[in-house]
Amino acid sequence: MEALFFYLFGGLALVCSVLVVFLKKPVHNAVALIFTFFCLAGLYLILGAEFVAIIQVLVYAGAIMVLFLFVIMLLNLEEEEAIEGRGNRFRKWLGGFAAVLVFLLLAPVWVLQSLPAVKGTFPPEKVQELGNTVWVARLLFTDYLLPFEVASVLLLAAIVGAVFFAMKRM
Amino acid sequence: MLSLSHYLVLAAALFTIGAMGVFVRRNAIVIFMCIELMLNAVNLTFIAVSRYLQALDGQVFVFFVMTVAAAEVAVGLAIIVVVFRSRQTVRVDEINLLKG
Repeated sequence: MEALFFYLFGGLALVCSVLVVFLKKPVHNAVALIFTFFCLAGLYLILGAEFVAIIQVLVYAGAIMVLFLFVIMLLNLEEEEAIEGRGNRFRKWLGGFAAVLVFLLLAPVWVLQSLPAVKGTFPPEKVQELGNTVWVARLLFTDYLLPFEVASVLLLAAIVGAVFFAMKRM
Repeated sequence: MLSLSHYLVLAAALFTIGAMGVFVRRNAIVIFMCIELMLNAVNLTFIAVSRYLQALDGQVFVFFVMTVAAAEVAVGLAIIVVVFRSRQTVRVDEINLLKG
């Protein structure tokens, strides 16, 4: 059952992410990316991370992609051919080759089978007892309280920065 | 039962596709989307390893990655809008000087 959903969501995520790279219009790219995010949320669900799955849909597929779509609509973009440039096969092949190199660089990580055998303190039964969200919240507000507050300062800085850029009349 | 490697290979593939987008495309907005894709691949790795090690810290880290991604997108897209206002283009080839 897990394998079925893994191959379903994983395959869909791969197809959609390839579409993100190769579709021509930015709006189509954005829609493909939304589908990718939903597939990843499904993968998080089968990995037992319900909280992150919901946040993925709310924050990524909801907030961030709406931001992207707004900007795409705001900028009255010129023709895509003018942006991407025609021909230039050499650059595309070079990009593909570099991507394959990246994949090979990552290979040692997933071949490696010697992760520490020591298990953490959250076996599935314990997580099931109260639910994933409760445990994540407890960690967030005890062990990770300082990073949590720093993250909120970061978001404030981002808001101020975005407003500053939006105010600037050029 | 799926092994950890399944998820790691999938995450590596997603990361590679995102990296290829950054290499190949010239539209600044699409490059931004590909960066989001790479961040998501990293998140998938975090969650898979988190379940494998039976620790929830990975999920907390994903939370922080999402926070940083949201901040990055907000500021980055604002910069793209400002650059577009002054240059009328989002081609990264032509945005190679920082001074307006």
